[in-house]
Amino acid sequence: MAMKHRAGATLALLMTTALLVAGCNGSDSEAPAENELYKNPVTLTWWHNASQDGPGKTYWEKVAKDFSALHPTVTVQIEAIETNQLQRTRLPAALLSSDPPDIFQAWGGGEMREQVEADYLKDLTDQVKDEVANIGSATEIWQVNGKQYGLPYRMGIEGIWYNKDMFAKAGITAPPTTFDELNQAVTKLKAINVIPIALGAGDKWPAAHWWYNFALRACSVDTLKKASVDLVFDDPCFVKAGQDLKTFIGTNPFQPNFIATPGQNDPTSANGLVANGKAAMELMGDWNRGTLETVAEDPEALTKFLGWFPVPAIAGSAGDPKAALGGGDGFACAKNAPAECVEFLKYIVSPEVQKGFAGTGTGLPVAKGAEAGVADPALKSILEATSGATYVQLWLDTAFGSTVGNAMNDAVIAIFAGNGTPEKVVEAMKAAAKK
Amino acid sequence: MTSTNPTLSPAGGASVPPAGPPATRRPSSRAAETRRKWYEIIGLTTPAVAVYVMFVLVPMGFAVYYSLFRWRGVGPPTEFVGFNNYILAFQDPIFLDALRNNAIIVFGSLLLQGPIALAVALLLNRRFRGRTVFRLLVFVPYVLAEVTVGIMWKLILTGGGTIDVLLRQIGLGSLVQAWLADLDIVIWTLLVVLTWKYVGFAIILLLAGLSNVPPELTEAAAIDGASWWQTQRHVTLPLLGPTIRIWMFLSMIGSLQVFDVIWVTSVPAVRSLGASATMATYMVDNGFFARLWGYGNAVAVILFVISFIAALLFQRFLLRRDIAGAVTGRRN
Repeated sequence: MAMKHRAGATLALLMTTALLVAGCNGSDSEAPAENELYKNPVTLTWWHNASQDGPGKTYWEKVAKDFSALHPTVTVQIEAIETNQLQRTRLPAALLSSDPPDIFQAWGGGEMREQVEADYLKDLTDQVKDEVANIGSATEIWQVNGKQYGLPYRMGIEGIWYNKDMFAKAGITAPPTTFDELNQAVTKLKAINVIPIALGAGDKWPAAHWWYNFALRACSVDTLKKASVDLVFDDPCFVKAGQDLKTFIGTNPFQPNFIATPGQNDPTSANGLVANGKAAMELMGDWNRGTLETVAEDPEALTKFLGWFPVPAIAGSAGDPKAALGGGDGFACAKNAPAECVEFLKYIVSPEVQKGFAGTGTGLPVAKGAEAGVADPALKSILEATSGATYVQLWLDTAFGSTVGNAMNDAVIAIFAGNGTPEKVVEAMKAAAKK
Repeated sequence: MTSTNPTLSPAGGASVPPAGPPATRRPSSRAAETRRKWYEIIGLTTPAVAVYVMFVLVPMGFAVYYSLFRWRGVGPPTEFVGFNNYILAFQDPIFLDALRNNAIIVFGSLLLQGPIALAVALLLNRRFRGRTVFRLLVFVPYVLAEVTVGIMWKLILTGGGTIDVLLRQIGLGSLVQAWLADLDIVIWTLLVVLTWKYVGFAIILLLAGLSNVPPELTEAAAIDGASWWQTQRHVTLPLLGPTIRIWMFLSMIGSLQVFDVIWVTSVPAVRSLGASATMATYMVDNGFFARLWGYGNAVAVILFVISFIAALLFQRFLLRRDIAGAVTGRRN
């Protein structure tokens, strides 16, 4: 046994050394001069998460083909991978090896900070100044210590998707703007025998997002910003979020058995309940338009009854009522990717390509000049709300990094399951920050 | 065969040994033979041993090494924390839940599958019309892929699924439960699914064991006037002992490491609350989803050590007679 351990440790050390060497190699390589671009044939490997057949996947294929047509020396090789697999297993393993994909899905926030600290990503600051200016404050999520390491192609805030027909039938005249009004709406919807709010707690994050929103209302923007960087959660507002959530769950706004309900992509999911007229509301991000459509029996009816409003405010709380929770998807280039990678990234976020992306209805574009591509009225109202938001807080699990994020989500779920407490959420977050 | 054919080897041994004095040839030939034997052993086993070392022993070494670090899987592991990950695991109530669930599955599988498999195997061992069809049917669940079984049962057990509809139709609507979401019920639901999936394997093993029971013995028992039940009780069952013990061993190790069916069937939220977690699902949830790679490796090592100890104990006390010499190298 002792022999085996020593051999394993030696091998592990060897591998570690190899990794360190590999990591150091690229650190002094500068971006080549402009005139060297497109001289030699290169293949860019591109990992994105539009893995389900649909307009999103088809559009990225077209983008890759168009780019190759413009620059014949560049071949783009796409691998479409389901989000969780991509983000949790494939990408970390690939980045750890010496052969990562050139351009890949990047969420920004805590995860990206870790990747930058490990020296995996290309610093794009000098090359993407124009793009950053055109996209605006959304790019901050893909910055670490003031440097740009990725660019978003999709960004939007979260809100409540609702069924206009049901609201009318229940006698709700205007979308709720405060939680008191939301509670009244819930009561009215119960009276007409529909599920007031669909919740996919089975997948954890859709339920955790309710806690995030209560935290956003209870905590000041400064507290949240500081918590994201220092991972310190001493402010009592984090406990207050759990208390508000508990009170809200106490009003029974969700469908029965929500702890087993999946979030999306399934007719029995929370999305399915909304898309097929069984539930009146759902808290979800801007991508929901596309996912609702994939589970709707009658997509035309869906388009007619679907509406959207921002998460209501809570009277007398420290949080900014105009702040919103949101996030986006972006791409980053691997440290040693060819210079063409950055050009391709710039192409993806250019207004024309973004306009086409908006047309797919799978998410909101970020580039100015692409707004015209947004056709759906619900998506249009998100676009307005996003530009009207005073502050967009990135999803807390992404902002705090996977370790704290996972522990936080699990502890929030325990509140939903009836065996957690607001204090335990904060304890779990603090413990995870040390793990 | 050749020795019986006089035209092919006419003069017995005359054609076999080449010329030369036997006294000097023999020792060198024996040495050559020994050498050749070792060449053969080395030549034939090296590829297998190399693959085993590369893909089993080396990763095991890595797992032990990584488990001593606080490591998020980003960059090389640098923060050595000793056995802290192991301590953290045993302090986490969810991991203790996972251990408890593994114990439930180990003993539940043995207690449920054993009697069912024995009864079915004894029945299917009798001659009757359509026996082959029944044997095939019994084995189908075992042949199906774990993921397929998981998804199928998820659809059956989900709220408003087949089971609920059936229960309501036969007037037992009051029995309808949140089979996969009720924190107290889910592990028992999963135990039923696992039993359904793996009982066919036990049955096939036992049927193979039964085919080794010499018919003379059962005939002799019949002549002595033993009933069918008496024959099974006193002749067949004792002879099935080795088969039953081997099945128990395989079932136990499989139950400790169970992953796929649980992962697919159970709800992520319920799993993370500990109600349906096993050591293997806990490892993946923490290693990949919480990005605690060092910690995940520690859990993997714990799972390995527990399985290893269980296997050793089982061999020492129950399998001893059956595999004497085959594994341990000792005879008694």
